[in-house]
Amino acid sequence: MKVVIITGTSASGKTSLMYKVIKLLLSEAVKVAVCKIDCLNTTDDEKYAELGIPVAVGLSDYICPDHYYVSNLEEIFDWAKGFSSQVLVIETAGLCNRCAPAIDGCLNICVLDNLSGVDTPSKVGPLLTTADVAVITKGDIVSQAEREVFRHRLSIVNTKAIILNANGLTGQGAIKLKNIILNWPDIDGLEHRTLKSSMPAAVCSYCTGEKLIGSKYQMGNIRKEIFWGRQHD
Amino acid sequence: MIEKISVLSGQDKEGKAEGYQQIDIYAGEIVAVVGATGSGKTRLISDIEQYAFGETPTKRKILINNLSASEYYELNNQRQFVGQVTQNMNFVMDVKVGDFLTMHAESRGMYNARSIIKKVLEAANNLAGEPFDEEDDLTSLSGGQSRALMIADVALISDVGIVLMDEIENAGIDRIKAFNLLTSKGKISITSTHDPLMALMANRRIVMSGGGIKSVLWTNETERSWLSQMLLYDKKLQKLRDIIRKGGQIP
Repeated sequence: MKVVIITGTSASGKTSLMYKVIKLLLSEAVKVAVCKIDCLNTTDDEKYAELGIPVAVGLSDYICPDHYYVSNLEEIFDWAKGFSSQVLVIETAGLCNRCAPAIDGCLNICVLDNLSGVDTPSKVGPLLTTADVAVITKGDIVSQAEREVFRHRLSIVNTKAIILNANGLTGQGAIKLKNIILNWPDIDGLEHRTLKSSMPAAVCSYCTGEKLIGSKYQMGNIRKEIFWGRQHD
Repeated sequence: MIEKISVLSGQDKEGKAEGYQQIDIYAGEIVAVVGATGSGKTRLISDIEQYAFGETPTKRKILINNLSASEYYELNNQRQFVGQVTQNMNFVMDVKVGDFLTMHAESRGMYNARSIIKKVLEAANNLAGEPFDEEDDLTSLSGGQSRALMIADVALISDVGIVLMDEIENAGIDRIKAFNLLTSKGKISITSTHDPLMALMANRRIVMSGGGIKSVLWTNETERSWLSQMLLYDKKLQKLRDIIRKGGQIP
């Protein structure tokens, strides 16, 4: 089974694009299963279910969605295997950008959009640097110059990734992405594979439900901001 | 170097095969795309922009020097060879005009940014009505100023082999100057238009209907003599427009 991991900033068009890509895969009789990881709620599963394929949703609730994702990977893999799927697509939540769900041996795709601004490639960190394919969406509504600057900056941050321009609404780029998926090697399982980027621990009192503000309520792994510059007189 | 691009036939909105085999467009040529709203002009432009290879709804294929885009990439190690100005484009970057142009020039590997920025601003101001400069915020430019800057920027900084335009007559700028700026020597220029002037300024025009290419017409001698008359009328009309714009009355 090929494992495709979709990451990217919020509302960058991950689902729209993958919907088009999966449709193309299905038209070639490839069996696909999708698992969507999110925090509190998602309607993406309904969209994928329209394709008549197995769809699972994982809601992380009070746990970081990326940590939740890692601790459920073997189960997700087995679930998809149970449908004798040939391609497993895992779409992640795409929130704080500190973590990246990319896994060694999987096809890691990062979707970013032109509207998010030209500084985005340098801000998203491991999400982009660990990607095998970087997809840029919404190029049709910004100027040619902004497209070029965005792409250029992205290519500096990740020099190895294949860069694709895509449009989830018209399907631009979908066929290329489908071909990349079909040519990606199969893997037997996810156990013993490694994350390409580490995920930081987040074990402070607030992780466990504390709501009160103030140093005396803070326990565990606490990091304080250091302020530079002139203070108030 | 792009010597020609070819459009290989696909299908119209009803799935019927288009009635031509292949249209070759050579370097230096100006081609107009005409047809009613919804006839498929924008689709054709976007097929070329993304080097369609049978995957778009029209199923058309675009070849560059007889190669598919990916073959062309590999041979020339050059990715960016199409520049585009459309009606849907906006500036979204929150920076000053000068910084924006510097950023673009640097991403294109131009390191004499100062002189190129001056040229772009001159060209853009030559197209737009109200002047603007490098200290203005990019996102506060008017519709006409934005379009003028996009056009000058594509012409002078992007400096690509193929320029695609989408109804630039609606941009509120001097369309003939814009057209001349974008159709400089050696480039392939393809413009969708409803404007008879723009259509006749092209060497030939692709006629769209029902999502497909219906025919390709060369601009003939009669049309050319009409064009020179139309340009005269256009100049007169432009003068009247300017008087009214500037708050005057026609004497």
